[in-house]
Amino acid sequence: MREIFRSGRMWRRRGDLRDSYDVVIVGGGAHGLATAYYLGQLGVKKVAVLEKGYIGSGAAGRNTTILRSNYKTPEGARFYDASIHMYERLSQELEFNLLFSQCGHLTLAHTDRAMFVMANRAEVNRLHGIDSKLVDTAQVKRLCPPLNVSPDATYPVMGALYHPPGGIIRHDAVVWGYARGADRLGVEIHPYTEVTGFERSGSRITGVRTNRGTVRVGQVVNATAGWSSLLGEMAGVELPITTHILQACVTEPVKPLLDVVIVSSQMHVYISQSDRGEFVMGSEIEPWTTYRMQGTLNFLQDLTRHTLELFPQLEHARLLRSWAGLCDLSPDYSPILGRTEVENFHLSAGWGTYGFKAAPIVGRTLADLVHTGKTPELIAPFALERFYEDQLVSELAAAAVSH
Amino acid sequence: MSFLLTCPHCGVREVADFAFGGEVSVRPRETPTFRELSRYNYFRRNVAGVQREWWYHRSGCRTWFQAERDTRTNVVLRVGLPGELGAELGVGP
Ligand SMILES: Cc1cc2nc3c(=O)[nH]c(=O)nc-3n(C[C@H](O)[C@H](O)[C@H](O)COP(=O)(O)OP(=O)(O)OC[C@H]3O[C@@H](n4cnc5c(N)ncnc54)[C@H](O)[C@@H]3O)c2cc1C
Ligand SMILES: [Zn+2]
Repeated sequence: MREIFRSGRMWRRRGDLRDSYDVVIVGGGAHGLATAYYLGQLGVKKVAVLEKGYIGSGAAGRNTTILRSNYKTPEGARFYDASIHMYERLSQELEFNLLFSQCGHLTLAHTDRAMFVMANRAEVNRLHGIDSKLVDTAQVKRLCPPLNVSPDATYPVMGALYHPPGGIIRHDAVVWGYARGADRLGVEIHPYTEVTGFERSGSRITGVRTNRGTVRVGQVVNATAGWSSLLGEMAGVELPITTHILQACVTEPVKPLLDVVIVSSQMHVYISQSDRGEFVMGSEIEPWTTYRMQGTLNFLQDLTRHTLELFPQLEHARLLRSWAGLCDLSPDYSPILGRTEVENFHLSAGWGTYGFKAAPIVGRTLADLVHTGKTPELIAPFALERFYEDQLVSELAAAAVSH
Repeated sequence: MSFLLTCPHCGVREVADFAFGGEVSVRPRETPTFRELSRYNYFRRNVAGVQREWWYHRSGCRTWFQAERDTRTNVVLRVGLPGELGAELGVGP
């Protein structure tokens, strides 16, 4: 309790880089820091997180924080469910309030086809013990009174997939909580340290080159999300990834109105209200690839138009900020996790628009992999090799727009 | 603003006029192994720098063409119909 009133650093000021580390994690987003934290818990010493900007400067600090586990494939549903259960205990574990509110998640259906796909998803979910069900328009209205479900809307609401444990969390807190936790376990956190290349000997990486000098290394984890392809190329590992921007925006704070997450794939929009009262809204990725994190006017125009169809009450609300972040899209909308053809170069990539919810389980499973050398069963279906074998794990129906 | 693209037929238009066709990749040999084919289907360079890529003028002349764009800045350096840009990536005007 007293902690709260004491000012202090969240993690130690970075020192010089050492000559060598057992594990170097590239990328100080949610995945890199979670992996570092669980490695620390396993007692692995000499772990460094290298981040080219400030901690949380990537997608970790730009996402719309929707957490859910109602995915379509059995592999995905099981994996994300494990992550949500970890999130449920994470504030306690990290002794840091992450403001996780499991307010419920509604994916709206506007067509018969969508109702059919969602009924199917609900079945798959229930088989895996995930709370997920189809609800009709009247139930949608009860769960979300301010929503416009009138039949004369452009896309009338026919029902929804309802996922009660879904919700929102404070993304910065997750980043800081993991960073502080990792730091306390002895992990070194190095912001403003950019990896510029790797030194290889045979099928292993032996050194990591950075803008602050070269370090020798035992194992490397590539947790750079939108930048994964670039690190892959440095290591000599090709990836089936393209990088796109995803944008989001918030209104000025308004009084509490919405206490559930609303997603409409058909209208390319998802909406929640933060604890500060801001409406947080996002859309889908831009189709072209880019590394430039700059937003577009089209996004704001389309998004506000669609949001007003669903919530006409927001007519006079003003937009406060909008921003863009990078997303590493994989061909099947599932992640790419674990080993590569370079023995000691491991991967957390292919996160598209939906990776924040996976940070805890990614951290735990990658830490296990690094520590034991064995691929945990939960992530085995997501191996990079599946693309060479054409064994995809397609989440297209469940992940394309709805984070 | 997103960015502008010059259609070889219609001239300068906003990017929303066009459909993106992805980076230009090298086709595998005529009878590829399964692995070579999968690599061609799924793997991309995804370069941070000048990228040769396909565009389709959806809301205009409905022609496929190629552009060289710097993915770090979204500045388009060259455009041309298929075959016009030559084998090497240009360094731009
Ligand atoms: C607008 C937006 C909304 C989203 N909404 C959701 C959502 O609602 N729910 C959800 O689950 N997911 C969402 N996502 C996706 C999610 O944010 C990402 O999938 C996830 O954060 C990626 O993992 P990360 O946090 O580790 O990545 P990042 O935070 O991007 O971390 C990667 C880090 O690597 C660093 N880096 C890159 N290159 C180098 C280098 N050479 N050397 C050193 N460091 C380097 C970067 O600076 C960056 O900080 C959203 C994304 C965006 C952009
Ligand atoms: Zn044209």
